[in-house]
Amino acid sequence: MERTTIDLWVGIFAAAGAAAIFGLAMKVGNLTSGTLGETYSVSAAFENIGGLKPRAPVKSAGVVVGRISSIQFDNKTYEAVVTISVDKRYSFPKDTFANIYTAGLLGEQYIGLEAGGDDEALKNGDKITHTQDAVVLEKMISQFLYNKASDSEDKK
Amino acid sequence: MLSKVSSALRGIGHRLIDRVWRFGSGARFFVYTLIYSGESFRRLHLTIREIYFTGVMSLIIILVSAFFVGMVLALQGYNTLQKYGSSDAIGVLVALSLVRELGPVVTALLFAGRAGTAITAEIGLMKATEQLSAMEMMAVSPIARVVAPRFWAGVISMPLLAAMFSMVGVLGGYLVAVPLIGVDNGAFWSQMQANVDWRVDVVNGVIKSFVFGVACTMIALFEGFDAPPTAEGVSRATTRTVVNSSLAVLGLDFIMTSFMIGA
Amino acid sequence: MSDNIVEIDNLSFGYKGRLLHKGINMSFARGKVIAIMGGSGSGKTTLLRLIGGQLKPTHGKVLVDGEVVHKQNRHGLYLLRRKMGMLFQFGALFTDLSVYENVAFPIREHTDLPESIVRDLVMMKLNAVGLRGARNLMPTELSGGMARRVALARAIALDPAIIMYDEPFTGLDPISMSVTCNLIRSLNDALGATSILVTHDVKEAFSIADYVYIVANGVVETEGTPDDLRKSELPFVHQFVHGEVDGPVPFHYAAPDYKKDMLRGHDAE
Repeated sequence: MERTTIDLWVGIFAAAGAAAIFGLAMKVGNLTSGTLGETYSVSAAFENIGGLKPRAPVKSAGVVVGRISSIQFDNKTYEAVVTISVDKRYSFPKDTFANIYTAGLLGEQYIGLEAGGDDEALKNGDKITHTQDAVVLEKMISQFLYNKASDSEDKK
Repeated sequence: MLSKVSSALRGIGHRLIDRVWRFGSGARFFVYTLIYSGESFRRLHLTIREIYFTGVMSLIIILVSAFFVGMVLALQGYNTLQKYGSSDAIGVLVALSLVRELGPVVTALLFAGRAGTAITAEIGLMKATEQLSAMEMMAVSPIARVVAPRFWAGVISMPLLAAMFSMVGVLGGYLVAVPLIGVDNGAFWSQMQANVDWRVDVVNGVIKSFVFGVACTMIALFEGFDAPPTAEGVSRATTRTVVNSSLAVLGLDFIMTSFMIGA
Repeated sequence: MSDNIVEIDNLSFGYKGRLLHKGINMSFARGKVIAIMGGSGSGKTTLLRLIGGQLKPTHGKVLVDGEVVHKQNRHGLYLLRRKMGMLFQFGALFTDLSVYENVAFPIREHTDLPESIVRDLVMMKLNAVGLRGARNLMPTELSGGMARRVALARAIALDPAIIMYDEPFTGLDPISMSVTCNLIRSLNDALGATSILVTHDVKEAFSIADYVYIVANGVVETEGTPDDLRKSELPFVHQFVHGEVDGPVPFHYAAPDYKKDMLRGHDAE
């Protein structure tokens, strides 16, 4: 076989392979939607994060505005410190609430940001002070049972 | 009785030693191939020629298989998912199973059968007809001239083939899910994009297929190079290429998956 | 510089303790055609591989152009091999390359000559073996004799000082046989090379060789010019040269007594 024909075919092959990897990244994967542009990071401390994982989405009003970059345990306060990267395009007031929600009853957990009313905006390295822990199903159930029990005690 | 036990033990010992010995010479062969790889890049047309024979010639079987695998995945997945009322997630199912597992693994298995056997048989026959000896006597290293270009061609081809497999598989799944079954087009793609991660899924899939490329090509080359120079020797070596490559791919897949999920 | 381009000095070689060669001494003078003869399985081809450095001797040494072959590192060995051309038993042409590319192979691998000069060289070599017209054929399209001649053109592509022939006459028809025979002699004289010919074809070897070694049982049984050997009175040489069934070389491979062997059961093995 002529060398030029081989070169041509191998060229087509390589281009198609590269296009396939590109297609997987763009069309199948989340390289377009999932990667954020420039971000700034803020942290928030929670007493209990439930099943929150790194790279989980951060949403505000249902829109993804950032991702969780890391989760660490603070040995002084015994709290979980969650660092989140927020897209530079969005700014939030200083007194923004950070809550851990669950998508659906058993879905993955994410952080929801609820804007407060402060004039100053969160900056890189700031800490969100108003947080609400994850709802732990077992806790809720035991609380419910306990309340039921105490209710019936009262009635007696 | 005792002599039978001892001869059975001797048999096991002999086979074990033989395996270890072969593994060692395989590893040495691998190192030599890497050392003598310069040639295959300095004279790129040698490698390009081999990419043609390993990669381009495997395209048809890879793409056709991918198309059918994607379609079957969509059919089976839909069947199960609709029981839980989440048939919108069909795109995720098809894409994740292809990108993470089926793309790299099935490509590697097909590659071992299509290109691996060809490599083993070719090198085994070159050895049997003294072509490799002739090269040695012409002061040309067969590892640099014959083995290394084929090695790099395999290593380059495999991730490209696997990516094409995944992409065509997703298209096959799309054709079944959207026009045929009637899943919503938007849901198909958006669910997929929301749940397939570029770094964790796509890049890991590429890493897997790269490792499979190294393993399959190396096994095929070594078996050919190590084959006894007879018709029977070459045919046995070809069989061993398929068996060993398949086992290596499945074993490596398990190891890599456990690391990737653990991380 | 010594007159002998290749010297084999007290060479022993064997696999797993079974010695194939037991102290062989030979010397190959420059410009001559030397034949190494012997029965099948007497390790003649192995000798060529020892000279080419593809095998290492158990004892003794092989000197090529004054250098000990098995003491060379890879680089040194490759330098030595550039002085050698080897014709394998069945040619060993690269089946994925055309006749032209086969002959061009060593030139391309070892030189950076422009394509026009490569072409000239290849044409000259192919012309020397009479196959210039077959340059675009693939090796599978050649007859055995033609393949052998192409391989010869390839072996002499870089004008080696030593040309080694491994059984060049096996499986050739009488015409190809005499063609090859004449080629070996004429190429040797034209290139000023030394030819080492491993064969068991007495008639052809004697017609072109200047000097003949006969190996048997791992030692050099006798040596001399073809005329000396024809007149030799040694029983083995006589048997070999004239191809007699009966003689010092037994018909049977070494075996225990026939009668005893047949009578005992196989579990005694």
